[in-house]
Amino acid sequence: MSVIVIDKIANVGRWAIDNVMGMGRAGIMLYSAIVRLPRFKKGTALLVKQLYVVGVQSMVIILVSGLFIGMVLALQGYTILVGYGAEQSLGPMVALSLLRELGPVVTALLFAGRAGSALTAEIGLMKSTEQLSSLEMMAIDPLRQIIAPRFWAGVISLPLLALMFSTIGIYGAHIVGVDWKGIDSGSFWSILQASVEWRSDIVNCLIKSVVFAVVVTWIALYRGYHVIPNPEGISKATTQTVVQSSLAILALDFLMTTMMFGQ
Amino acid sequence: MINLDTLGIDSESGNKGMLTRKIEILVGLFLLAGLAAFLVLVFNVANVQVSRGDSTYTLYAKFGNVGGLKVRSPVKVGGVVVGRVKAIKLDPVKLEPVVTLLMDKQYSSFPDTSSLAILTSGLLGEQFLGLKPGFVDDGVSMLKNGDSIDDTQSALILEDLIGQLLYSMSSKSK
Repeated sequence: MSVIVIDKIANVGRWAIDNVMGMGRAGIMLYSAIVRLPRFKKGTALLVKQLYVVGVQSMVIILVSGLFIGMVLALQGYTILVGYGAEQSLGPMVALSLLRELGPVVTALLFAGRAGSALTAEIGLMKSTEQLSSLEMMAIDPLRQIIAPRFWAGVISLPLLALMFSTIGIYGAHIVGVDWKGIDSGSFWSILQASVEWRSDIVNCLIKSVVFAVVVTWIALYRGYHVIPNPEGISKATTQTVVQSSLAILALDFLMTTMMFGQ
Repeated sequence: MINLDTLGIDSESGNKGMLTRKIEILVGLFLLAGLAAFLVLVFNVANVQVSRGDSTYTLYAKFGNVGGLKVRSPVKVGGVVVGRVKAIKLDPVKLEPVVTLLMDKQYSSFPDTSSLAILTSGLLGEQFLGLKPGFVDDGVSMLKNGDSIDDTQSALILEDLIGQLLYSMSSKSK
């Protein structure tokens, strides 16, 4: 009887130790990947390539979904606001919800699905086919050659994508509100401009998306780098990347919102 | 199977230069698009004004009650915005709210007999400051940087009005 109880306790302990070790490994991986002397010529070339894969190729999905989310927000907001004769407030409603919440969060979620999963699968396959080990045999540090450029590319692209998302969303709302529903263009912009603050809205949007970028890219790289080297392991790691980054994004978003706008 | 290019090792393929060039151009466009989005958000959506330091002058005004007036609320003369509220503080001695106004230098000839009132746009809208230019006479000078406007009218507090209304109704029914 007591042996079973002790076994259970040991299971809990092993689970906790595994998790803490995982976090430690992730921390060491990121630390040794980014805290190194950068090699400017070669590093820039690698970074440009990853910016293309992670940023440019995510642009289409971000722009299209930004446009549609702005348009649908405007349409839903209009049907409610027009009942109070307050359809002029459509601009601030859309702009503030895009800049404060939807811009960083939806962009990060899409980014996790579009770029994060691809990073995990790519690095996972490199790991399982021993490509990372062969790099090491050629005296090339895989952390610096593979992990670091991907990390920086993610951290640079996601805030830019979030800004593009919010901007095109506001123009989508302009299309629906002004061109279709007939809100006066001047009052749309002037009320919007009066209520959006540069410091509290745009800077906070950037802070949020930088935090999301670090978290999503980090999870994706860690899951790929410490993959179980077989097909099943890669598929599991890819799923874990998307699930864990989505949960992390939503939880962190709540935390940051309470800190930024809670008072 | 092993793609040398994804590992960042230079492979010996013929059109590599062209491909790198294309990627560099696309990445450049991506970064510029991000920068453009940032600039649109800052200057078109948040409407940040890059103002030269000497294009404004400061006025002060004391109120009994500022109601829902906020920093950055507009100061209007006949509906035209001539300045903005810069700060709202409580006078530590007299315990009265003091509002600091940043006025546009373009509109600098208001007589010191002008009066300020806290008005509301619409029934439940945002509050703003209405500046009413006063008369100009021999002994009247113009408002300068650092002057304060004495003739002020406090905000209309809806709750006070309702309270007064209820009070007068109950005293009438006695």
